[in-house]
Amino acid sequence: MTKKIVITGIGATSPLGGTARESWAALLAGEAGGRVLESDWVYALELPVTFAATAKVPATDILERHELKRLDPSSQFALIAGREAWADAGSPDIDPERLAVDWATGIGGVWTLLDAWDTLRERGPRRVLPMTVPMLMPNGPAAAVGMELHARAGIRTVVSACASSTESLVNAWEHLQAGKADIVIAGGSEAAIHPITIASFAAMQALSRRNDSPSTASRPYDVSRDGFVMGEGAAALIVETEEHAQARGARIYAELLGGAVTSDAYHITAPDPEGTEAARAMKATVESAGAALSDVRHINAHATSTPVGDIAEYNALRRVFGDHLDTIAVSATKAATGHLLGGAGAIEALFTVLALHERMLPPTINLTEQDPAIPLDVVTSPRPLPPGDTVALSNSFGFGGHNAVAAFRSV
Amino acid sequence: MASSTDDVLAGMAELIHDETGIATDAVALDKSFTDDLDIDSISMMTIIVNVEDKFDVKIPDEAVKDLKTVGDAVSYIIKAQG
Repeated sequence: MTKKIVITGIGATSPLGGTARESWAALLAGEAGGRVLESDWVYALELPVTFAATAKVPATDILERHELKRLDPSSQFALIAGREAWADAGSPDIDPERLAVDWATGIGGVWTLLDAWDTLRERGPRRVLPMTVPMLMPNGPAAAVGMELHARAGIRTVVSACASSTESLVNAWEHLQAGKADIVIAGGSEAAIHPITIASFAAMQALSRRNDSPSTASRPYDVSRDGFVMGEGAAALIVETEEHAQARGARIYAELLGGAVTSDAYHITAPDPEGTEAARAMKATVESAGAALSDVRHINAHATSTPVGDIAEYNALRRVFGDHLDTIAVSATKAATGHLLGGAGAIEALFTVLALHERMLPPTINLTEQDPAIPLDVVTSPRPLPPGDTVALSNSFGFGGHNAVAAFRSV
Repeated sequence: MASSTDDVLAGMAELIHDETGIATDAVALDKSFTDDLDIDSISMMTIIVNVEDKFDVKIPDEAVKDLKTVGDAVSYIIKAQG
């Protein structure tokens, strides 16, 4: 029998705000996270892209010095979001052996790795800190969250590029369905705004070059979109069986109905232009949710603002929903947050949950002239959600041909 | 130029605090790294690397195991600075 799974806590630190609620308020207010990078290396290295969506509140403003010293920035963000979500859920009293973590990152501790490489070359092996490996490993963020909250039912990490943290939510749903835990802390984090990643993404023509206008650079579905904007941060969701949540009288934001993962096996970076497997992921998600395609009324799209990706996702959407797509309100919140890579799915799931809970769909900023090849009902200013039972999807697709989709229902 | 015991102790306390979060005033000459301050071996090595940097001394790995207390480390540093 399928268990009911619910969301009982949220936490985030993002380019829009230092908490989930601040991020949500800024999103509804139409703010943008894209800003000029102030770091010396941007200019010293003559990077072709000189902006990104950096965290609104630096981790250094929140964590203690000894926490900062022992954690890569990707783990710092994870700890901040995880703590907030846990407190938001009422700091549940739970047997640690019934508490798990399903976390995600796309890249891992790139700053720690490359700083240590510089230290090694410039100053020798004696100066390489012993914590270097535990800080750079991709499971570092998951471990930071799990150790903080004493999760002993497994601390797992998904690495599937920009699909990572939606996949972590799907895993959380599956782990709860399988009876492996009563609560899972799910989410993802990324802190990879680094000259290496900027140079690489820019070399593949994936990044927007709007250096003179960072706040309008991420413009999903716009005819003039020219690439994504790198973002950073983390989001966490407390995913819990309804039975456990009700027994402790927890506030329930929304139901996590189900999810699915498929893979293109088509090209390492390009999406399958037909969107076959992305479509199958959405269809399988709705089926796992025990819902009908016609129940879906809102989608938080992957929509990174790349010329090719936005169309491929549209094709997949049309393939799944047919004419019903015209009645679905679509939000592309990367317009505001930039692209959090391994944290993207989690923050977009969080926005989807809040949209259902607050009954307000978030806007897609920067859409001035909608691409006629993408005829979607795009939400461009906050739009009240009509009353009634509502199913919403959150889509994430990643390099490697990963497709991950999660479905939520209003409660 | 050798530093004073107080200077080195204050510097050590700061490095220990940065690494472990232990309050600087809890770090005293008679405190054992393991028994009193509960500092694990990875933290100890990190502190040593930072001590070498801060005080411009070298503390070989084989010497580290003889540094049982904060006072041992402070004496070693002052001696090494000559």
